[in-house]
Amino acid sequence: MNIFQQKWMTNALFVILAAGAVAPLFAADTRLPQWIEVVLGGLMSGVLYSLVALGLVLIFKASGVFNFAQGAMVLFAALSLVRLMEKMPFAVALAVTVVIMIGVAWLIERLVLRPLVNQEGIVLFMATLGIAYFLDGLGQTIWGSDVYTLDVGMPKEPKILLENVFEGGILVGMEDVIAAVIAAVLVGLLALFFQKTPTGRALRAVADDHQAAQSIGIPLNRIWVIVWSVSGIVALVAGIIWGSKLGVQFSLQLVALKALPVVILGGFTSVPGAIVGGLIIGLGEKLSEVYLGPYLGGGIENWFAYVLALVFLLFRPEGLFGEKHIDRV
Amino acid sequence: MNQTLKVKAAAVALAVAGALGAAQDAMAQANEIFVPVLVYRTGAYAPNGAPWADGFVDYLKLVNERDGGVNGIKIAYEECETGYATDRGVECYERLKSKKPVAVNPLSTGITFALTEKVAADKIVLMTTGYGRADSVDGSVFAWNFPFLGTYWDAADMLIQHVAKKGSLKGKKIALVYHDSPYGKEPIPALEEHAKKHGFTFLKLPVTHPGVEQKATWLQVRQQRPDYVFLWGWGVMNSTSIKEAIAVSYPRLQIFGGWWSGGEPDVLPAEAAAKGYNSITLGHSSEKDRPVHKDLMKVLYDKGKGTSAKKEEVGSVMYNRGLISAMLLVESIKSAQGKYGKRVVTGEEVRWGAENLSLDAGKLKAIGFDGIVQPLKTSCTDHAGVHRGRVHTWDGLQWSYTSDTYEADYKLLRPLVQASAKKYADEKKITPRDCSKEK
Repeated sequence: MNIFQQKWMTNALFVILAAGAVAPLFAADTRLPQWIEVVLGGLMSGVLYSLVALGLVLIFKASGVFNFAQGAMVLFAALSLVRLMEKMPFAVALAVTVVIMIGVAWLIERLVLRPLVNQEGIVLFMATLGIAYFLDGLGQTIWGSDVYTLDVGMPKEPKILLENVFEGGILVGMEDVIAAVIAAVLVGLLALFFQKTPTGRALRAVADDHQAAQSIGIPLNRIWVIVWSVSGIVALVAGIIWGSKLGVQFSLQLVALKALPVVILGGFTSVPGAIVGGLIIGLGEKLSEVYLGPYLGGGIENWFAYVLALVFLLFRPEGLFGEKHIDRV
Repeated sequence: MNQTLKVKAAAVALAVAGALGAAQDAMAQANEIFVPVLVYRTGAYAPNGAPWADGFVDYLKLVNERDGGVNGIKIAYEECETGYATDRGVECYERLKSKKPVAVNPLSTGITFALTEKVAADKIVLMTTGYGRADSVDGSVFAWNFPFLGTYWDAADMLIQHVAKKGSLKGKKIALVYHDSPYGKEPIPALEEHAKKHGFTFLKLPVTHPGVEQKATWLQVRQQRPDYVFLWGWGVMNSTSIKEAIAVSYPRLQIFGGWWSGGEPDVLPAEAAAKGYNSITLGHSSEKDRPVHKDLMKVLYDKGKGTSAKKEEVGSVMYNRGLISAMLLVESIKSAQGKYGKRVVTGEEVRWGAENLSLDAGKLKAIGFDGIVQPLKTSCTDHAGVHRGRVHTWDGLQWSYTSDTYEADYKLLRPLVQASAKKYADEKKITPRDCSKEK
């Protein structure tokens, strides 16, 4: 076994990372409430990354495909919703968007996945690249490329907590808190769906082996439509939360790229991994930007997330919660 | 006729048709001036890039439709999508170079940096209205670059003048939240110079492309509590900055944007919360009632020939900037025709036209741009032509001017411009022109 992959090395990595996270507290110019704000901000961002990562994990779990189009699905879903809201009430627009996302899933299964059953994973990955570009262009062609304001009633003003404990208190963004709660609920529901329902178990069987699953009567095509639909709905939730923060626009799909280091770190097949991975990435990038950034010229949070993911790959190639891959020779 | 003969006849017919088409094209080209239009209508920067492109193209259409071209010479143009990416911008330039363009306006400081050497070799004028290299004001070194209407150093200088009016800057803190790109970094030397002069602390807070992740940046703003934040963003970065400022309770009244951070797409996503946000302007805001706008409506939009899908976009900040950029191109061509004759002019001739451009108040009124362009006069030593701007403030619904007109302080900036231009000339082994001999 590679020396980096021994258990004590992995533990040492965790100790180093934890020490790095609390190290700023020992610097002369760091105040505890500031550090707490950065940690909270990182965790909140992390939950949102998890939300996008969940969509990736779902599809990977059920079909073994890394869905590069997840970001495009987030954008497409959010664009559909926001433009429909101009013509109908929110609840109706939401329902119509869910139907649209299910329609997209059905079309993807019919036109892209079905002809590629039993192909290599890389072939399916390339197909999702094509889906990403297609959805990207289609969304902007149908709905336009402006910035659209999505107001779902999320509070924008922050709250100051513990003012009597710390000077100036601790600032908490209520929008982030609500987003984190929504994401946590969604994660719980998905975990239940995968573990406790027959469909969830069928999804996992399909992920293990397409042909074996088909041979015991699991309808592969229907399973794929279900999983892409669920992933589309997760994309819609992510699109609503991110769209409410940033406005609905092209950049939403770039935010989704942050889900890549999250799943590398958490493991491609693990729902809890997506959550823990998201939290570590969110926390790591914010702490690094605020406390390491000034020494490295700033603007480091984007690449820091990937560096962190690469370090984890070195120690745990399957990710924190990923399934260990054992080859018999 | 047998099959072979039929095929031969068809081939000959095709060849003749092709040759005739090519000849027609060549004849048309001989009586047209070609301009590549580098745009970004898709991607992260499209909300700001698209209205600029619409304004630029609309003015070329207007000149062709209303005036029959520039002194009878039509302007041919072709759009090329850059996505605000330098590599794609250079690719567009290289592809369209074969059509012998006289000038290019890439709407990207990164692309400007990449093209600066190329345009000199290709003899194509590089017009960078309100952006590009600040040192390219010095035409003795940058003969082919024209940062018309002002540079980022001008904008930074005018913002400093504006905040200094509110009280001494000594001992204060000013943070620059900037797009981590050649564009965002450009005002730094001018602000560092001002920090030395006024005695304030200057904080640099970069934001990586495209600027949707700024929580850490604004937490630093909350920790450092600067007296003012200057925002040098583009596209989605601007609206995200305003939203993050709200999230850390930083007062919008203390945020001042550069002129690429002061359009409608920057404030509309932040809704009412953007109220009170300020930015310096490039001499214009969102005026919609100038004579040129009326002409655009009459000649293009009422006949369904306008470029923008939304009529109400006409006159918005970014649309006006594209419009003005195209006007400066057209006036440079006219200026060249004034010296070389009313014919198809070359890139070299347009360069002379751009360097000897004089648009006084009367002339601006005559072409319908009074009130949205400051009178300007370019020369070998000043390729911008004018260095003035005002602050405008978003009131939740629209922009309105909230300051007098400032003029950038060239006593402070000129030595910076000359030092930077000299450094460039030394690096590239360029012998600066003697501006006293240029006419």
